[in-house]
Amino acid sequence: MTFLQFVEGPLFYVAAAIFVVGVVYRLIGILRLGGERDLARPNGSATGGAILTVLRHFVPRRTFWRGSSFHFVAGYAFHLGLFVLLLLAAPHVAFLQERVLGFGWPVLPHWAFILTAEVAFAGLIMLWVRRFVDPVQKLISTSGDYAATILTFLVMLTGCLALQESHVALRATHMVFVDIWLIYFPFSRLIHTFTFFFSRAQTGATYGRRGAKL
Amino acid sequence: MTVQKAIDKFVEKTGAKVASYLDACVRCGLCAQACQYHEATGDPRHAPVMKFQPLQQAYQASKDPLSPLWRMIGRAPKKVTEEELSDWQDLIYDSCSMCGRCTLACPMGIDIASLVWVMREGMSEVGLVPPEITKMAHAARDTGSPIGVTAKKLRKILDDVEKKYDVKMHLDKPHAEVLLLDSSLDYEAYQPTLAAMAKILDRLGIDWSFSSKGYEASNLGLFSGEESIARTMVERITEAAEDMGAKTVLAPECGHGYGSIRWEAPNLLGRELPFEVLHIVEFLARMHKEGRLKLKPESRALTYHDPCKLGRRGGVFEEPREMMRDLVTDYREMKPGGVTNWCCGGGGGVVVIESARKLQLESFKIKMDQVEKTGAEGVVMSCAFCHMTFDKSSEHFKWDKKIEDMVQMVERQMID
Ligand code: SF4
Ligand code: SF4
Repeated sequence: MTFLQFVEGPLFYVAAAIFVVGVVYRLIGILRLGGERDLARPNGSATGGAILTVLRHFVPRRTFWRGSSFHFVAGYAFHLGLFVLLLLAAPHVAFLQERVLGFGWPVLPHWAFILTAEVAFAGLIMLWVRRFVDPVQKLISTSGDYAATILTFLVMLTGCLALQESHVALRATHMVFVDIWLIYFPFSRLIHTFTFFFSRAQTGATYGRRGAKL
Repeated sequence: MTVQKAIDKFVEKTGAKVASYLDACVRCGLCAQACQYHEATGDPRHAPVMKFQPLQQAYQASKDPLSPLWRMIGRAPKKVTEEELSDWQDLIYDSCSMCGRCTLACPMGIDIASLVWVMREGMSEVGLVPPEITKMAHAARDTGSPIGVTAKKLRKILDDVEKKYDVKMHLDKPHAEVLLLDSSLDYEAYQPTLAAMAKILDRLGIDWSFSSKGYEASNLGLFSGEESIARTMVERITEAAEDMGAKTVLAPECGHGYGSIRWEAPNLLGRELPFEVLHIVEFLARMHKEGRLKLKPESRALTYHDPCKLGRRGGVFEEPREMMRDLVTDYREMKPGGVTNWCCGGGGGVVVIESARKLQLESFKIKMDQVEKTGAEGVVMSCAFCHMTFDKSSEHFKWDKKIEDMVQMVERQMID
């Protein structure tokens, strides 16, 4: 077995398993901490409130536009870019088709890939820079926050380099970082990919029940 | 002081809700812009996210599903120390009114104010509470009111108000349909508001009464973090209402007092309550809608200040606006208004904390600016705590805007 075969094969499956099991373990662990039923008479719908808050917090409220615009632009550039690359880059679709799912779907043309990657990189770098420039972020960021950013950056960087698929070493390097990233994910703040939903929904439900649309 | 008691409380109070909040924070710092204390000082320490850091630390060392793993590999997070907790006292009390505004700016929608409440619960376990708040909370527990308005004193106050304002103050009337509450602030300082409430209810033909068993709407336990006191306060009201057989309990112009009996009480007592709870303005708006309360508008330009505990945290936005539009010819909305309205900076007990005075005044400048920009001649509110903050601050700044209670306006302008 070559090194590439190893990182694409056994190591990838192990990493993917740790990712899935880790995420599920952590999310169930949070939910299992439980809570008490709100006994106050409702004045609005908890479910409605939850849905509203989950959706509404995708976009900053008008009064916070100015203060949030940097994050909004950078955040969406990075997150959307990342999702598009993850799901529509030709090598990813081919990989998933071969190794996991057995079917594929249309992919991004090369130029669109490059453009998306640039957008995603720009977003990630903006977020990163802000972490050590903004006084509040500087004060509250931990090594974990930086580690998650750097690791994601390396995954993306090696991914772009690996686009020349003939370069086995580059492809292998990318896979190594992907595997590390998958393993690291459940134990880090990257979990916000899922917990954002819990958090918003809880707030929306609590105050939606009271008739306040947060 | 054993810091462990505080940590145990943090851990005890961490359920799925708190845990999801703590595990959702991405440390983006966007909440900072929403907090009046951060905006007033520009000090990053005052960012809302800072306020719950000890809670996060305690969580990671205990209930976090990952904590066994961290311990196994010898990377357990450091325990919260006594020193850290003392350092946090001013963040938890002096610089958080639990107004909930930061939640709106947080992309994760984290209810930071509820995390501050858990922090206060822990802090109060180890006595890290500003002395003013402790004193009032304990007085409320021991005498029935944060400033010592005992049942006996209440009788005297109501007698005095009766004479002075020519109004009937019903006390312990058996089988009254409506139990009226008020806060010590009104009993002592804002008696015209107290009298106005009684007059309105009588003129509307409501069968109402105070009860000497439960008359205090304010709940200082909800400021200090002492849940047992919070419970005692709502227990008194609940028992009074049940003894009386009241169908409705009316909370006065007191934002947190409303939240206390409307939203917290059933959960503190662990049971549903057999009566309806309304804020006085909700009640008046209902009467107004039913056509039982008619108002003669004054030709004035006024704006309305949403008390955080009534609006953002209580869902009462429309009712006061409905009233305002009929109370004045020129109602002006603040910007940002409604759910994103700025806190007056005095809630959560802040206005009575001596060490918070400077910060509170600084933060009030934001509020003044907001009111100024409407061009209105004054501002109306429906919370005695906000009123006190406005009064104290405008005295300091020699600010000339009129500060009005909605209830008093209604009483003046209602037509029989
Ligand atoms: S805005 Fe929300 S997610 Fe961002 S730092 Fe503040 S609390 Fe955390
Ligand atoms: S609840 Fe209000 S006072 Fe407290 S941190 Fe949030 S914005 Fe600031």
